[in-house]
Amino acid sequence: MTSGYIQAQFLDTTGVHTLLTETLHLAPWAAVTVECLLVGVGILLVYALLALFYIYYERKLCAAFQCRLGPNRVGPWGLLQSFADMFKMLIKEIIHLNHIDRFLFALAPYLVIIASVMAFAVLPWNDGVQIIDFNIGIFFLIAVSSIGVLGILLAGWSSNNKFTLIGSLRSGAQMVSYELSIGLSVITMVCLAGTMSVTGIVQEQSDLWFIFKGHVPALIAFVIYMIAGTAETNRGPFDLPEAESELTAGYHTEYSGMHFGFFYLAEYLNLFIVSGVASLLFLGGWQPLHIPSWDGFNMVMDYIPGFIWFLGKCFLLSYVIIWFKWTYPRLRIDQLLALEWKYLLPINLFNLVLMVLVIVFGLHF
Amino acid sequence: MISTAIFGIQNSGVLAITALLTGVALVFLALWIAKMISPRSFNPQKGEAYECGIPTRGDSMAQFHIGYYLFAILFLMFDVETVFLFPWAVKMRELGVDGLLSIAVFFGVLVLGLVYAWRKGALEWK
Repeated sequence: MTSGYIQAQFLDTTGVHTLLTETLHLAPWAAVTVECLLVGVGILLVYALLALFYIYYERKLCAAFQCRLGPNRVGPWGLLQSFADMFKMLIKEIIHLNHIDRFLFALAPYLVIIASVMAFAVLPWNDGVQIIDFNIGIFFLIAVSSIGVLGILLAGWSSNNKFTLIGSLRSGAQMVSYELSIGLSVITMVCLAGTMSVTGIVQEQSDLWFIFKGHVPALIAFVIYMIAGTAETNRGPFDLPEAESELTAGYHTEYSGMHFGFFYLAEYLNLFIVSGVASLLFLGGWQPLHIPSWDGFNMVMDYIPGFIWFLGKCFLLSYVIIWFKWTYPRLRIDQLLALEWKYLLPINLFNLVLMVLVIVFGLHF
Repeated sequence: MISTAIFGIQNSGVLAITALLTGVALVFLALWIAKMISPRSFNPQKGEAYECGIPTRGDSMAQFHIGYYLFAILFLMFDVETVFLFPWAVKMRELGVDGLLSIAVFFGVLVLGLVYAWRKGALEWK
């Protein structure tokens, strides 16, 4: 690391371990169990709060795009609206259906939520504020987030309903296809970073963000990532798995009450995860905006804490993805697949070669 | 690089399993609470599929368009090949020219596969 701008570690949590083992005299395994519980509760809280915030964020933005006010009755500026929604969902009846495959029907929400919670835990919020820090972090993230497709396919198949079957197949084809583009643009950036560790990738960007460092290929990879990420979350112009005018609600038509709530939660969290990954790969994660040799500017930027940078970038990118949704009309399945396989994939392969050339000839900044 | 141990947990695998169990716990607890506090009523009509109002004809776990299957196969091929690109991408600078040449051959096969599928019409939605 040649960075001159290493920030102080935001949270030092080793004190808790000392407290548990030395003051309370717990056995190491018991201490680790308690700590795992604490981590789990922490993930749950942040996950749920973020999902609720995102529901509010999207509803307000969607209202603004349509010249409406949006939720404004429950709490100040409607801030408690999504809490009310979640509570409503919790007290709705979970209907028992007759002709479904019960085991798979119950399993599907677990897979969808597990995929998003595990991917969520990989994101770095600040220097050292990160749950799972593998040296193959970004690869792990792609791997676990693809479990979500399984959940959606199972949900559609096990519901024994024509709409859900069509919805889940569309969703499967779409998510699986666009995963290639995500994978390839991540490979492009891994080439530039030289590491798959999420912390390492962010550390590499301490002098300049990759979107500026990587010349043209980084820019192309960013655009492709944003398009593919929008498709991965089943949103925006790519929401044909749940095209409400033709398939009622797509793959989660038969789910009721809180059962449906999980798909809803995971969808919003996936929006956050996609923006989070884009911000850590291209916009420097929690790194402040640094411009080489502008030392005064860099020092001012260092005063803003890392998690504000990270969340700010995430919300900005989510804004762009929500903007897509309210701007473009829905695609047809053949257009969707043609966009991926005939445009994004060849461009992406070409872009990878371009990035290799840029690195080999040292053209990046 | 700064070590990012959380509390005393040094092993990221433990944390990954914690995250997985957190996901399971979230679904389980929320469903349990929902079952506790939600109302229940019984009506034979409620168990039917939500389609169009009249009883569903036949089984819905039926045949579907072959195109989905074709794209799944194509995806499998490309995804496995991108997995092989990842280790090379990390070690690209160390592997140097040898690595570049061998990955170029591999990459050529990948592109040929795409061109073949394209020419065969596998990318058309019929």
